[in-house]
Amino acid sequence: MTDTTKKPEELLKLDYTPPKKGWMETPVDFKKGTYCYSAPQKHQEYLGLPYPRQWQPFDADWKLPENWKQIILEGMNDRLKKYRSFRLYMDICVRCGACADKCHFFIGTGDPKNMPVLRAELLRSVYRKYFTLGGKLFGKVGGARELTEDVLKEWYYYFYQCTECRRCSVFCPYGIDTCEITMMARDLLSLVGCNVGWVIEPASNCFRTGNHLGVPPHAFKDTLDFAIDEVEDLTGVKVEASVNRKGAELLFITPSADYFASPHWYTFLGYLMLFHEIGLDYTWSAYASEGGNFGLFHSAEMMKRLNAKMYAEAKRLGVKWILGGECGHMWRVVHQYMNTINGPADFLEEPVSPITGTKFENAKATKMVHICEFTADLIKNNKLKLDPSRNDHWKMTFHDSCNPARAMGLFEEPRYIIKNVCNNFYEMPENTIKEYTFCCGSGAGLGSDENLEMRLRGGLPRANAVKYVKEKHGVNLLTCICAIDRAVLPTLLQYWVPGVEVSGLHELVGNALVMKGEKERTTDMRGTPRKQEAK
Amino acid sequence: MNAVYLVFGIIIPYAALFIFVVGLVYRIVRWASSPVPFRIPTTCGQQKSLPWIKSKKIENPYNNAGVIGRMALEVLVFRSLLRNTKTELRRGIQKLVYKDSKLLWLGAFVFHWSLLIILLRHLRLFVEPVPAFVISLQRLDGLFQIMLPTLYITDILIVLALGYLLLRRMAGAQLRYISLFSDYFAVLLLLGIALSGIFMRYIFRVDLVSVKELALGVLSFHPSIPAAGIGLAFYVHLFLVCTLFAYFPFSKLVHMAGVFLSPTRNLANNSRMRRHINPWNYPVKVHTYQEWEDEFREHMKDAGLPLEKE
Repeated sequence: MTDTTKKPEELLKLDYTPPKKGWMETPVDFKKGTYCYSAPQKHQEYLGLPYPRQWQPFDADWKLPENWKQIILEGMNDRLKKYRSFRLYMDICVRCGACADKCHFFIGTGDPKNMPVLRAELLRSVYRKYFTLGGKLFGKVGGARELTEDVLKEWYYYFYQCTECRRCSVFCPYGIDTCEITMMARDLLSLVGCNVGWVIEPASNCFRTGNHLGVPPHAFKDTLDFAIDEVEDLTGVKVEASVNRKGAELLFITPSADYFASPHWYTFLGYLMLFHEIGLDYTWSAYASEGGNFGLFHSAEMMKRLNAKMYAEAKRLGVKWILGGECGHMWRVVHQYMNTINGPADFLEEPVSPITGTKFENAKATKMVHICEFTADLIKNNKLKLDPSRNDHWKMTFHDSCNPARAMGLFEEPRYIIKNVCNNFYEMPENTIKEYTFCCGSGAGLGSDENLEMRLRGGLPRANAVKYVKEKHGVNLLTCICAIDRAVLPTLLQYWVPGVEVSGLHELVGNALVMKGEKERTTDMRGTPRKQEAK
Repeated sequence: MNAVYLVFGIIIPYAALFIFVVGLVYRIVRWASSPVPFRIPTTCGQQKSLPWIKSKKIENPYNNAGVIGRMALEVLVFRSLLRNTKTELRRGIQKLVYKDSKLLWLGAFVFHWSLLIILLRHLRLFVEPVPAFVISLQRLDGLFQIMLPTLYITDILIVLALGYLLLRRMAGAQLRYISLFSDYFAVLLLLGIALSGIFMRYIFRVDLVSVKELALGVLSFHPSIPAAGIGLAFYVHLFLVCTLFAYFPFSKLVHMAGVFLSPTRNLANNSRMRRHINPWNYPVKVHTYQEWEDEFREHMKDAGLPLEKE
């Protein structure tokens, strides 16, 4: 955080009353700290995206291609024909306003264009103008408006001010999903070369090296070796882990942040310890070394291009099925898209836990199992020796990440694990967990530094709920199953709720796991001393 | 004068009915002709995974029965609106609170159900003999038996509900900001229809026998204006109804049909159990393993990583 970051009291001066002037007459204002920079030209070129160029949102001239309007309108027409969701959600909104105060960005900014209904109207108004009779006949009275450069800029600002968290779609009586609308808008913007850097750079890295962080295979191997040494230092147990090994039973894929960022690192160690302890025959892959998929935040096509590596690598290595680590949007892609876009996975077997023999019927077609499903099954079948008191220095709460919550319904598996690996667990208020969970405010490619003020604002509702359990129960740890959460929540909580740390779930599993032949553990993985029992 | 009756009693109703049917079918066909490339239900409860974890079969359905249950709740009792809360920032304690807010649900529920019951009651004007359930419904609706003719509960409720929905739209600053002309128009039109109907029933009485004669004639495609005459109030009511019918397919009111097609609600969350097919799935440019190994081969060799090609 820089010195110029506003104080929390300043950010809390929120007014939810909209301005007098109508929204169509209010052009977008690119205020410092509230938007994302454009994508570097070289990464756009590497991915072969249209109209690569250097420009920034604050420039007056965005150097749009001459026929940009035609490109957008044709793109819209094309997508209206390809997505029922898009056409339907353009037509059926009644503007009842149930979604209005459900968006974390509206709650954190008071900007009326962050009401999901109005965010959608930004696109809907153009749809009406060019694709409906009423819009053509009645113009502004009919809720229609011309597509102009100002409108395009507004799209860029507000559709990169939506984290595709789908909370609004829970409350909408027709299930209108702003995420779908945002996806369409971003896809359209990309047609005229308007992309944000924090999406395109990771996507380009991932395409080339196999992961968002751009870690090449030899560095990946180094990191893994380093982690193995660290586990040995901590536990006295030498774990084994292989990379790109053919013939392994399982392929394990997790977000690259897990092996390159903090506090993800401890979750990474947790995986290594768990897999060693149960004697899992598995391999890592340096080619498919990314669970996440920033393509999802760009377009369906980019999502498919990046996701293709998972099945391709599983096939090449000849594994039976794939196990996936803790990540949010990764699981949106794996659960709701992967088999459709890159399947069928007929070269894999229906997943069966080699340790417990449990058949994962719910994953029998996609053939990829979530680590929480896998670990919960291990615990249920008494395959792990756990000492939850080793996490007694933590009073923890659990943050449901948007995608596992609202695109899967993965609620009880992580909670079951939590209850078995720690003794002090407190839920946040029910309006802010499970399907009502609040986004971290930095998902869907908005986690860049230049966007910090907006991220802090968007994260306000989540942080506020954490503050509640901190004050009520003395919570000092928020655990979550999403790599973006782990990357951005420390900053957010440090700002709004100092004194609450962030961890992954398998970090806590690693702490609690009693390993065969381990030495006495006096600290947790972070080196924090364990809480001593009162004498 | 006869020409005026002809226009308002026969020509406009036919035109409105035609526009309604053709327009609505057009709308639905257009939605339906866009495929559902991805399985994107919004899950609002525990998924079906391990056998010992209880899943929410309706809030997060994994099969068609669950989807039918979910859609039925959505369409019949507006399940999602029941979740509604109102967010408030308590400045002093710097806390966000989410208060239960069920009034919108109540307004919507009362309006839609009253409308449905009123429409069904109207069947007595279109069907001969009048079906038994219509008579029972009418009795039930007029249970209080106050005033003469019997006062229908739904008549009062629909006006109250519409009045609330209109006031809510005008009074709330956020809602006023997002509202379009058409949002007011739809409520006002419905309110006009309800009020003209009520006036006709209690104040400017019309001859119901003649109304039924006209209605049956129109529906059997042998339209004629009843010789007895019906009364102006009826034509006002009828004209407003025709306006609604003709306006319907071009307006947000199509949500009535659209809600059934919403992919976040009408799909089972079983995309890992069963492959969902995207009809326009096409091959994309990928970065193959071979290309990748070609770029990093030397480094991989040094690091002792297995290679496909030495």
